[in-house]
Amino acid sequence: MGKTLQWEVSVNSKWCKKCGLCVEFCPRDVLEMNDIPTVKDAARCIGCLMCEMHCPDFAITVKRRENNG
Amino acid sequence: MALPIDKYLRVAKMPHIWCPGCGHGIVTQAIVRAIHELELDTEKTVVVSGIGCSARAPGYLHFDTLHTTHGRAIAFATGIKMAKPELNVIVITGDGDAAAIGGNHLIHAARRNLDLTVICFNNNIYGMTSGQYSPLTPQGSYATTSPYGMLEKPFDLCNLVIGAGGTFAARSTTYHARQLTNLIKEAIAYKGFAFVDALSQCPTYFGRRNKLRTPLEMMNWFKDRSVPVSSWEKLSPEEREGKFAIGVLTKAQATELTEVYKQLIEQLQQRGGE
Repeated sequence: MGKTLQWEVSVNSKWCKKCGLCVEFCPRDVLEMNDIPTVKDAARCIGCLMCEMHCPDFAITVKRRENNG
Repeated sequence: MALPIDKYLRVAKMPHIWCPGCGHGIVTQAIVRAIHELELDTEKTVVVSGIGCSARAPGYLHFDTLHTTHGRAIAFATGIKMAKPELNVIVITGDGDAAAIGGNHLIHAARRNLDLTVICFNNNIYGMTSGQYSPLTPQGSYATTSPYGMLEKPFDLCNLVIGAGGTFAARSTTYHARQLTNLIKEAIAYKGFAFVDALSQCPTYFGRRNKLRTPLEMMNWFKDRSVPVSSWEKLSPEEREGKFAIGVLTKAQATELTEVYKQLIEQLQQRGGE
């Protein structure tokens, strides 16, 4: 229908303590550890929330994003 | 479902004081998510804690909260619930707070079947005071006060609660964050005393002394030792050695204290009017 659902993963750098659990728990290899965890390939995200739920710092949010066309 | 963090956290107090990779943030998030998914009224939800690393959690939670004295969170919560039974009262406690200093409050709240939800942030150690052993430190594990390995057997807190007459007890770990959230939801929804043993990693004081060098290694250590309650029933005592059951360990119907207390007051008021 020309409508694709994507997931938007964002990292709050002010709250992140760089433990790396989000990178470890992601089953789709979306994140990578640089100075802080960063999104390497957002298109691979399936919105499972494994990163968000295992983040001890409330620093990751995964949101559904609706794109038209 | 993304969490509306601003609604539930005192964002000005963040980031929290817990160490990098500490499990307490994961358990705190599980509580917040459970409250969100249950759509609890934040104006009618009270969070009470005692002393310890776990007890810092309510400081970040945007509800009416109490940070009380060591081991006494359940005692304060008992007062709140008896005076205002319409409130959802959630107690956050640690393994030292719940099992050592506050052990008596725990067993008597279970015996009374007062409608509280008690979540034990069980990291097997006194983290805040730099890693002394607690009644939940596994046998053989190292702590600053057990430099040759813990000699004593730990409590099984769920069994303690069940033995004291508790009618809801459940256990999960930070590795199983989704299951933990679901169990906390079930515990909050349960009418009566509900206890959740939430295993949480302390990489700083437990992990470093026990050759579990990263938060992930600690969480995998939880995963490797946990057995779903359905499989647990089939294990022999030897097979259960060093392992623990996760899931709902007991759930039964029982008379809840504030209900019978209310009935008594109504009866006495009627009698007084005669």
